Amino acid sequence: MLDTAKAPDARRAAREFVAQAGRDAAFQLESCVHCGQCADACHFHLVSGDPRHTPIYKLQPMLKAYERETAPFASMKKLLGLAPPELTAEELHEWSELVYDSCNLCGRCTLVCPMGIDIAGLVRLAREGMAAGGFAPPDLYKAAERALDTGSPIGVRWPALKRQIELQEKETGLKVPVDAEGAEYMVVLSSIEIMGFPEVIGALARIFRQAGASWTIPSAGFEATNVGVQIGSRDVAAALLSRIVEAAERLKVKTVISPECGHAYSALRWEGPNLIGRRYGFQVVQISELLDRFVREGRLRLRGKDARRLTFHDPCQLVRRGGLTEAPRRLAGGVSANLVDMPGSGAANFCCGGGGGVSAIHRAEGLRFAAFEIKKQQIEATGAEALVTACGNCRNVLEEAIEHYGMTLPVLGLTEMVAQYLETETPAA
Amino acid sequence: MTATALLEFARGPALWASLAVLVAGSLWRVVGILRLGGMPDLSEPRSTRWLVGAMRGIFARMIPRREFRDKGQLGVWNGYVYHVGLAVMVFGYLPHIHFVERLTGLAWPPLPDAVVYLSVGPTFVSLFIALMERLTDPVRRLLSGFDDYFSWFVVLLPLATGMIAIHQAYEPRPAPALLYPLPAAIHLLSVELLFLWLPFGKLAHAFLVFASRGVTGAALARKGAPL
Repeated sequence: MLDTAKAPDARRAAREFVAQAGRDAAFQLESCVHCGQCADACHFHLVSGDPRHTPIYKLQPMLKAYERETAPFASMKKLLGLAPPELTAEELHEWSELVYDSCNLCGRCTLVCPMGIDIAGLVRLAREGMAAGGFAPPDLYKAAERALDTGSPIGVRWPALKRQIELQEKETGLKVPVDAEGAEYMVVLSSIEIMGFPEVIGALARIFRQAGASWTIPSAGFEATNVGVQIGSRDVAAALLSRIVEAAERLKVKTVISPECGHAYSALRWEGPNLIGRRYGFQVVQISELLDRFVREGRLRLRGKDARRLTFHDPCQLVRRGGLTEAPRRLAGGVSANLVDMPGSGAANFCCGGGGGVSAIHRAEGLRFAAFEIKKQQIEATGAEALVTACGNCRNVLEEAIEHYGMTLPVLGLTEMVAQYLETETPAA
Repeated sequence: MTATALLEFARGPALWASLAVLVAGSLWRVVGILRLGGMPDLSEPRSTRWLVGAMRGIFARMIPRREFRDKGQLGVWNGYVYHVGLAVMVFGYLPHIHFVERLTGLAWPPLPDAVVYLSVGPTFVSLFIALMERLTDPVRRLLSGFDDYFSWFVVLLPLATGMIAIHQAYEPRPAPALLYPLPAAIHLLSVELLFLWLPFGKLAHAFLVFASRGVTGAALARKGAPL
């Protein structure tokens, strides 16, 4: 488990870098031709102009450790004195800003790389070394500790969620099932949704009622976010994920619904079984994927559409990295009459700037707001009156940045919009 | 050593030794990576057509995605020029086909000499543009090291020595090497330097690219994510 009491140790980091450099990662680390195309795909580099923000450059420590220890000619190079020198703590402290503050793991660099290197995936692996060595940002260590201790990176415990559920039950007049054994769907939530956008709970109650599907929220294992995958600690990630898996197995549900949170989907859907070392006995479906399915099956009937000029922000971990390219956009189109795309929308959309744990790193705030400048230009180019997205973290980060830049643009959650335009509901203007 | 003796050396022991290093070094590098192994992915795939994904990854990345084309980067388009130019010269020039035929028994129709000669100039200029970009662009300069510059040099050298060799009149029969032993020997030795270096440096992207693109293509296809 993450031991933040230990002093930063470059050798420990190097060992973990090497452990992460398996066959697939090694093929990619070895293939880079230093063309630099990834630099122009990265919003951090585009706004800062700092060549150190070139995505592939962020992997230098991992590459050095790999080349020194396990690369095919490592022994020969060591004998000839040609191997890279050992990593130093100073070097890794410098790279902490590059690997964490200036990388959202958004994968735009992966999309542009002519050598097909999954740079974002490699940065995710490099974070394992940085975190193990003690070079991750202190804010993420604290968030990881809080998550392990309380279940939530911001300390949201069951009583707080219970209170929000009660308020939403009162608001909607609908019962929110808690710990209902045998339910078809178990919904997990992000702390950001619970505290910032609790209306999503009421929205879910209305949606599941119309769809005629049984659902539940677990009183233990309700937190979907996983700071373990953000800081780069498989142990932390597995411990947090296990709570959801245990809840799903305890309640014998068929499907776990990943909420409007990009990295939670990555953690639960794609990394999860590998983190716990076994396949799930249930399915994982992202909420927009489920709602899209319900609409297409006729289980959800929509009436009316938002008439404002709206634009959809693609959450990177859902759209670019998660394979949900169609569902959220189709769903957004189903509830908005005037949906306009930002330039490069869809697969190549720019990140909100807060993904990959960056929104939790206080020291990265200035760079994050600077990176938003590109998103801002894209939004303004559409002339949109409101922004829609399918990720609570994106929503929170966008709202902060919009306020920072003095813009006046509401940011809407897709699930709430769908609930708002259900046939039985009275649509808002 | 006479020019003829040098040519004999270049066509004999030096050629076989460099080819042995090329093959053994490349195999060592690939096997060395394969032995690192990997864990099976236990997540439920959205698509099981991983081979199709790998092939798509290999071919799709040959051209930039539409969203990234508007930048009009010189480096991107310049890359096509020298890759295509080198391919025309290496695989389309009759003496090179003779060379491969002598080694392997394989042969194919050559391109007209005029096409090959016309490709030399743009390729040469293109390689220098690539070097200039590497030296002047802050990103490429930061990323680049000895490997990048030496790899550039060992690619340029056969091109330069080849230009000197064909500067003298070329007669398809008898083999030109017998007519002009010294330029041919120097050209062959420069190619052998490239063979010796290829497995160890950045030029290994010639074969590693397929693994890298394939691995990523398969992984993204598994998720149903865009390539």
